[in-house]
Amino acid sequence: MDLYEYQGRDLFERHGLPVLAGGVATTPEEARAIAERLGGRVVVKAQVKVGGRGKAGGVKLAEGPDEAVARATDILGMDIKGHTVHKVMITVTADVAEEYYFSYLLDRANRTFLCIASVAGGMDIEQVAAETPDRVVKAPIDANVGVDEAKAREIVSAAGFPAEVADQVVEVAVGLWQAFVAEDATLVEVNPLAKNGDGRMLLLDAKITLDENAAFRHPDHEALVDQASVDPLEQAAKEKDLNYVKLDGEVGIIGNGAGLVMSTLDVVAYAGERHGNVKPANFLDIGGGASAAVMANGLEIVLSDPSVKSVFVNVFGGITACDAVANGIVQALALLEQRGEKVTKPLVVRLDGNNAEAGRAILDDANNPLIQRVDTMDGAAERAAELAAAGV
Amino acid sequence: MAIWLTKDSKVIVQGMTGSEGSKHTRRMLAAGTNVVGGVNPRKAGQKVDFDGTELPVFASVADAMAETGADVTVIFVPPQFTKAAVVEAIDAAIPLAVVITEGVPVHDTAAFWAYNLAQGERTRIIGPNCPGIASPGASNAGIIPADITGSGRIGLVSKSGTLTYQMMYELRDIGFSTCVGIGGDPIIGTTHIDALKAFEADPETDAIVMIGEIGGDAEERAAEFIKANVTKPVVGYIAGFTAPPGKTMGHAGAIISGSAGTAEAKQAALEAVGVKVGKTPTETAKLMREIMSGN
Repeated sequence: MDLYEYQGRDLFERHGLPVLAGGVATTPEEARAIAERLGGRVVVKAQVKVGGRGKAGGVKLAEGPDEAVARATDILGMDIKGHTVHKVMITVTADVAEEYYFSYLLDRANRTFLCIASVAGGMDIEQVAAETPDRVVKAPIDANVGVDEAKAREIVSAAGFPAEVADQVVEVAVGLWQAFVAEDATLVEVNPLAKNGDGRMLLLDAKITLDENAAFRHPDHEALVDQASVDPLEQAAKEKDLNYVKLDGEVGIIGNGAGLVMSTLDVVAYAGERHGNVKPANFLDIGGGASAAVMANGLEIVLSDPSVKSVFVNVFGGITACDAVANGIVQALALLEQRGEKVTKPLVVRLDGNNAEAGRAILDDANNPLIQRVDTMDGAAERAAELAAAGV
Repeated sequence: MAIWLTKDSKVIVQGMTGSEGSKHTRRMLAAGTNVVGGVNPRKAGQKVDFDGTELPVFASVADAMAETGADVTVIFVPPQFTKAAVVEAIDAAIPLAVVITEGVPVHDTAAFWAYNLAQGERTRIIGPNCPGIASPGASNAGIIPADITGSGRIGLVSKSGTLTYQMMYELRDIGFSTCVGIGGDPIIGTTHIDALKAFEADPETDAIVMIGEIGGDAEERAAEFIKANVTKPVVGYIAGFTAPPGKTMGHAGAIISGSAGTAEAKQAALEAVGVKVGKTPTETAKLMREIMSGN
């Protein structure tokens, strides 16, 4: 889960890291209240999970509460690269003397964590690394040793931080590592880490990604989910414990296993190239044990997407037996009828693997005109795309 | 002899008395796996009956190894306890630990991986979040259905469980030496490269199917490894061409970040080193079939 800047600022503050005083507003009036509390000149910053907001006009100075209201009114509702601004962060201003870069992240390739530090901050770090690689330090961090003062000093020295800020950067480096571990983050990026006019260090921006697998030990992380930006179908699916991602297409997809479902999306997209360019409408993995109830919930979510014209149920029975899945599909359609949902969109079903013959027989016996059985994955994708194209 | 898991492997199960652990212990036994016991400190000394096979429960992995000569552990404990279970297996220096558990925090995986390195990498870890490893007809450590295919001379390494099953099914008439599901998490104990290296060295493997998916650059690195080190034919498949950037597609590691981790880049890297990449699982199986029939 990626956090907004204001959530990152709050998180840093909770961990005792130096950040600017500030608050978040969803209305101009809230912006006024924060500006009044902070006093003096403030910055109003659009909260979007995409870069380049400054250039898009999403960051403005305001001299006092009245201007803060005006700037917040301008920025709230603004579209920045397809992201609507629902919140603005108001902070006091900083008197930036120098800008540095500091981050911790997961290094998949080396199966460890990595610290990236540079005295060239405030810019795109990938660009800095490409143009002046000697100005960027990449230090692997042993997950079981972490970053203590000595390790931090090593990084600070290697990155060439000026002597007058070295002690402060060491302190930030240790504190940031502790926050990274304590919050189960996979990324904490501070760009810029600034030296203020008075010589103090400030974490001026926050890019944080939290590991959703660690949610069980962070009950407080749930509150960080931005409900307003969650797709309503994705939200409904989550409440039913389904792994669903909404996409822009016409062929609803239900399958078992993340890899098989991803593959199903691809196969449907290829078939779509021959049938009106229809595309997969979603990713939905119903997991190993596809009971009738799970299948009904999955079908309900997929069918409630108005852009769906046909549904492709692609199941490989590994541990799951196909006859159970077939029963699930038949019962799910009955269940949806009982719930008052009239199902009208065709379902193409491909069952293979464990008890496939029995599963196919169940589908045939059900004699439901909505269910079309195709026994190969490629063939079924073709049929689902064809039906979606005809229904568009 | 297959790779890493043979008919001589003696398997224990950490979490054998839990619901998933007991279900799959029964299945592993039915597949002919030599399961010799389980580990649960609170139930040590008890015996558990699996359709007539009585398996002892030990207090620790070390005890189980001392008593039974076990050399493989399959771990089914919940995510909260997975790190401790893997560390225990590493401390006991068991040669192979297969971590089935899904949803392990990546800080925990990073920690047990670093610990394994610090101990001299005496333990090969497969997973977490993986279906395990199966050498058809010999042994099965994990949750891969044993009856999809028989033994043969194709090696299979895959990030995805169901795609593994699909590929085994497509090529069931030819059969497999070993099928390894390495898992879809951002940090995993065994990589595509580890499996490629082992298959290259295995006299019972003639050709290799490699299944990857979006996210990270493991497939690109595997391509470089193939170019320098693999002489056996390799066929590839990559899932996730239509996945949108920034969205996690089921597997925690399956996410496109910026322009990195795309299926196109992975396919291009593999094709550049002469690996034939199928557009669909079925087409991939067809490419492998052509290779095997040419032998």
